[in-house]
Amino acid sequence: MAALKKPGMARAFLGFLIGGGIGFGVVVALRAISGLEIFNTEPSGYPHVIVPAITAPLGFLVGIGGFTYWFKWALGKPTEPEDHSDHGASSWKDYFKFNTDHKVIGIQYIVTTFFFFILGGLAAMGIRAELAQPGTQIVDPQFFNGLFSTHAAFMIFLFIIPIFAGIGNYVIPLMIGAPDMAFPRLNALSFWMLPMAGLLFVASYFAPGGAFDAGWTGYAPLATGAPLGQSFFNLGVQFAGASSIAAALNFLVTIITMRAPGMTFWRMPLFAWANLSTSLLIVAATPFIAGAQFMVFFDRILNTNFFEAAFGGDVLAYQHIFWFYSHPAVYIMILPGFGIISEVISTHARKPIFGYRLMALALIGIVVLSYAVWAHHMFVSGMFSWLRVPMMITTVLIAVPTGIKIFNWLGTLFDSVLHLKSTAMLFSLGFLVTFVIGGISGVMLGMVPIDIHVSDTYFVVAHIHFVLFGGSVFTIFAGLYHWFPKMTGKMYDERLGRIHFWGTLIGMLGTFIPMHWIGLEGMPRRVADYAAVWGDWNLVISIFSFILGAAQLVFIYNAVVSWKWGPDAGPNPWRARTIEWLVSSPPPRFNFDEIPRVVGGPYEFGVPGARHAIMHSGEGAEVKPAEPAVAGTAGGGGSP
Amino acid sequence: MAAVTRQTILRLVAAIVLVTVVSSIVMLIPDWNGPQASAEAKDIDTLFRTMILISCVVFSTVMVLLGYAVWKFRAKPGDESDGKPVHGNTRLEIIWTAIPTVIVLFGGIYSWIVLNNIESEAAERLPIEVTAQQFAWTFEYPEQGVVSDELHVPVDTQLELHLTALDVIHSFWVPEWRIKRDLVPIAEGNPTDVDNVVRVTPTQEGRFQLVCTELCGLGHATMRAIVVVESRDEFEQWLAEQEESQGGSEGAASEDEGAGA
Repeated sequence: MAALKKPGMARAFLGFLIGGGIGFGVVVALRAISGLEIFNTEPSGYPHVIVPAITAPLGFLVGIGGFTYWFKWALGKPTEPEDHSDHGASSWKDYFKFNTDHKVIGIQYIVTTFFFFILGGLAAMGIRAELAQPGTQIVDPQFFNGLFSTHAAFMIFLFIIPIFAGIGNYVIPLMIGAPDMAFPRLNALSFWMLPMAGLLFVASYFAPGGAFDAGWTGYAPLATGAPLGQSFFNLGVQFAGASSIAAALNFLVTIITMRAPGMTFWRMPLFAWANLSTSLLIVAATPFIAGAQFMVFFDRILNTNFFEAAFGGDVLAYQHIFWFYSHPAVYIMILPGFGIISEVISTHARKPIFGYRLMALALIGIVVLSYAVWAHHMFVSGMFSWLRVPMMITTVLIAVPTGIKIFNWLGTLFDSVLHLKSTAMLFSLGFLVTFVIGGISGVMLGMVPIDIHVSDTYFVVAHIHFVLFGGSVFTIFAGLYHWFPKMTGKMYDERLGRIHFWGTLIGMLGTFIPMHWIGLEGMPRRVADYAAVWGDWNLVISIFSFILGAAQLVFIYNAVVSWKWGPDAGPNPWRARTIEWLVSSPPPRFNFDEIPRVVGGPYEFGVPGARHAIMHSGEGAEVKPAEPAVAGTAGGGGSP
Repeated sequence: MAAVTRQTILRLVAAIVLVTVVSSIVMLIPDWNGPQASAEAKDIDTLFRTMILISCVVFSTVMVLLGYAVWKFRAKPGDESDGKPVHGNTRLEIIWTAIPTVIVLFGGIYSWIVLNNIESEAAERLPIEVTAQQFAWTFEYPEQGVVSDELHVPVDTQLELHLTALDVIHSFWVPEWRIKRDLVPIAEGNPTDVDNVVRVTPTQEGRFQLVCTELCGLGHATMRAIVVVESRDEFEQWLAEQEESQGGSEGAASEDEGAGA
């Protein structure tokens, strides 16, 4: 009984049941009083299911302790002073608690989102199994549509976006010399909203009519008339979105106000710059998808007719609102990756980042431009036709800051000491190859006449997987390998890492390159069946996709075994310069005994006597820190 | 520490040119988009092939530089030294900001020109009402009052397709024509801004397939229709046959519009 009173898993499950029960009871009671049929089972109805689908997760969050402090404070009761007893984790059980330590939350994020990566991956394997041959063999069209919709929803909302928040959570405070995130309780709540979103997405499989099947884009009016599962999508996106917005606010405040003394913006590591840029996108753009999903939800259950043409609604408005978020979302899913690549390439090639300031400015350029390109998803939608050309110009221009980053990374690699055996480095180099391909097909898709032909074909499927898998996922693996020793204190097996890398690269190229070809020839996307002429290529694609899936098992094995039995990594196995590497692995419970003092740029490899940070006040006296130039002065790329 | 000399730069440029030439040849051999069957297809394919060529230059540049860096600067076992502390080079950075800007703007303007070409109106156009619903296509020839579930059109005549969806969004695509446009549900009588007219000029006779490319529900994958492009005479004959057979029962539904035309 005591366990049910204390914030924790037991009370969370109780809260879940009570919350669900209240929601159910209120609906039944109100409908009974109003004289309505108690159980409305129209496909888009089911109030007795969807109201509990809102209240049960809220009950869980109350139960886990997400609101305890704020409730007490709001009610004027004495709040418990923060005794930091919940900081750190001494056993696996501590990861199942409402913990306010950014390092624990980072691990919670990473492990949870990786679980959703596996679910999304299983859905992908199901898709490829069905598409290995023309015709319908394994799943019916309804289940198939559910598979690709949930695949994308898991991968985008519950893997790529939040795992970057997880890596950032762990690394950013350490990197900028802060003891924790700015709002630790909000940080913990941000994390705990994610499993709720996942629960709703998974639960949709058990709804009458099956999992949501209108694609992750959920276009109205297909989504407004879809079966119950679609409501679970609408609600799941709210939890994932709220989590994302809260985390982004936290990052913004942390990065802007909690940097160690001496860390000016121009001395900030590029991963911090990337998180700052991403957070600027999230806080302003994510409310739009929340709004779009609420409007669909209200159309479904309250007959609001936002998008019902027959009642004066505007069908295309959904797409404008949706893409006003979802195009910036593409950059939300890649900018943190750009930051990771900068850290990894600089450290594992032992060289300062080439053109550091331009790298940071390119991030900001992308943030600004990415708000002005959304309608390139709608070139064939029948939207106001005049809008196409300006959006095409902004779309091709956004390739410029991205191109700058690619060339500056190449510049960093020249005259470097490139450690090719490091798996993090391999994933970064692989990223440069695959992301360039994705970028090139992206510029092509931005051109209206080409887009008219290839829109909604497998060419688009190929493109988004080159940028989201070849881009985002490769950077995620680069980051996970890079910081694994810091997070766990253990070294992973580089040989298994290389097997994972080559399996992933070969599987990825074999899966997604042929998709360009069949798309150009005329195979539309999101089809459960296709013309027999594409049978051979689809079989090839499916075989490579299974290789890609199997390669991820190597990573899971490597991570689990190394975490438990790997050799000690020591504080700084990569001889990196940024602050997170200047503390022990894993870092002390409160990060720093003393707040570090930043005295130079973060990537001063090869500069004699240069330091990024001084960790103890006594140290500064004997070391006279060199003040190296940040950019544009030293050396000429051409002649020595 | 190996430095990048003038000779190295020349060799790299030569390698980039070589790889560009080889990759361009390989990439331009296949007929990526399949047979061309409309006037618009030619312009679109030429733009696409131009972009493939430019892409080969960009891709080869990045791959040669990356390959060279990995081959030349990889660490020897046990080498714990640092690289050369170069922080940047303003001139180089300006170059690789400016050149991509010029390239993408060229692509953008070229695309704009192509877009204007493929959307230009011919003096004589054949209007056809295209209606999509889960999961079927209907084609109506308003001037004759003929309704069909096959799209018959005369060759070398610009079609003016008026697109309407009855339930959810569908999309009209004949891959050989390269032309695609969504069909959006529009309420009759309500003002709307939806651009639901698309023009295309078939130039090849034959049978093609019309494909729905916007996810529209469980039957999406099988929502197809037959497109027959035939000579003017064959088309007129088909139309006359349809007019005759639909004079009674089926034609009644569209008689109002037919009479008005």
